[in-house]
Amino acid sequence: MELSPIWLTLKLASITTLILLAICLPLAWWLSKGRSIFKIILEAMITMPLVLPPSVLGFYLLLAFSPQHGIGKWLHDTFDIQFVFSFPGLVLASVIYSLPFMIGPIKSALQQLPASLAQASYTLGKTERQTFIRVLLPNIRPSLFTAIVLTFAHTLGEFGVVLMIGGNIPNVTRVASIAVYDSVENMDYATANTYSLILFCITFVMVMGVFIFNKAHAKSPLE
Amino acid sequence: MISIDIEKKLKAYSGQQWLKINREFATGSITQIYGPSGAGKTTLLKIIAGLVQPEKGTINVDDILWLDTASNISLSPQKRMTGFVFQNYALFPNMTVRQHLEYATNDTQWINRLLTIGKLETLSTHKPDHLSGGQQQRLAILRALAIKPKILLMDEPFSALDPKMKTALIEELKLLFAELKLTVLIVSHNPMELEGLCDGEMVIGTEG
Repeated sequence: MELSPIWLTLKLASITTLILLAICLPLAWWLSKGRSIFKIILEAMITMPLVLPPSVLGFYLLLAFSPQHGIGKWLHDTFDIQFVFSFPGLVLASVIYSLPFMIGPIKSALQQLPASLAQASYTLGKTERQTFIRVLLPNIRPSLFTAIVLTFAHTLGEFGVVLMIGGNIPNVTRVASIAVYDSVENMDYATANTYSLILFCITFVMVMGVFIFNKAHAKSPLE
Repeated sequence: MISIDIEKKLKAYSGQQWLKINREFATGSITQIYGPSGAGKTTLLKIIAGLVQPEKGTINVDDILWLDTASNISLSPQKRMTGFVFQNYALFPNMTVRQHLEYATNDTQWINRLLTIGKLETLSTHKPDHLSGGQQQRLAILRALAIKPKILLMDEPFSALDPKMKTALIEELKLLFAELKLTVLIVSHNPMELEGLCDGEMVIGTEG
């Protein structure tokens, strides 16, 4: 049995989580401050991967980034970049697909913090950035941890989106969930079981980690 | 001298109300502000601090224009640097007592002096959730003073203190206010609470 689908899956989940963390911290902070019609539209767009069938999202990504059409053609002709059937394509699809899992917990945690925390920091002469890093972020640690683990675990289990945009190329786009499907198709149940068991164990340990960490922080100092 | 002339729309169950203030506060004065609930006492403090914008008006502090809605001038709370004691204390749950003060200032001597005034020296490594209500309130006052502001805005600052602690703290604060030449505005429900501390008072009502 090849272990490359497991390593590829872990690599994909790690890169996706890091990229989403960098994007979602400032984005969630901005979204948590006030409301506007533009923010509502953006939030609806971010939430779409939660309700859309993954194959639909994968189909549109495939269309958008196909080297024969639109953005995909431009990227291919200008920078010689191809997202379809490549690892960068998997990363792009995973970032879009897992976006709501990262942004949701962070945004709600920021919204639940009393507004006076940030206001107190401003009156002490601190900038919005200093306030975010020194006051707001440290006080949403449990939610931040939940968001990171959920995003990582969710990326581990992706199937429809990665299959549509990445296909099933060994060592390039063949992640564990696709390897399970492929093994079942070939009636190789032992291999399918091994991949499934490894995915199950990794995910279970991570979810347990969230419960243990959040239990330790059960009594919020804000309560 | 602080000169305030503002109008702010307030939301209330009974409908729309207006907070209208036109008043001057002498430098170094300590003014008690009281009035019915929902009259806009806290809102007034937040307008002065730059945390809330009024519909109309000007705020002038020592000949510096902090706010002029007609000219679209409004200094940020960071530039106004008013000491602000929030009614809910707004302490940072991730910081210890000392870290609260270190977040506000680098002056170690000043931090140590404040800790002594607030009788929090022995609790300097404690986080807010390990402090009593009274200790939290004292920390909120010390943090506001840590930046050595020109104006101190206090929203119900002594409500959680026992009478003995309150009397002792007020005596210390009186000396400190004089030393820093602070102009202080204190919101309090109880006009008797601040006896001997304030040299002026202001009653806030609203206009429907």
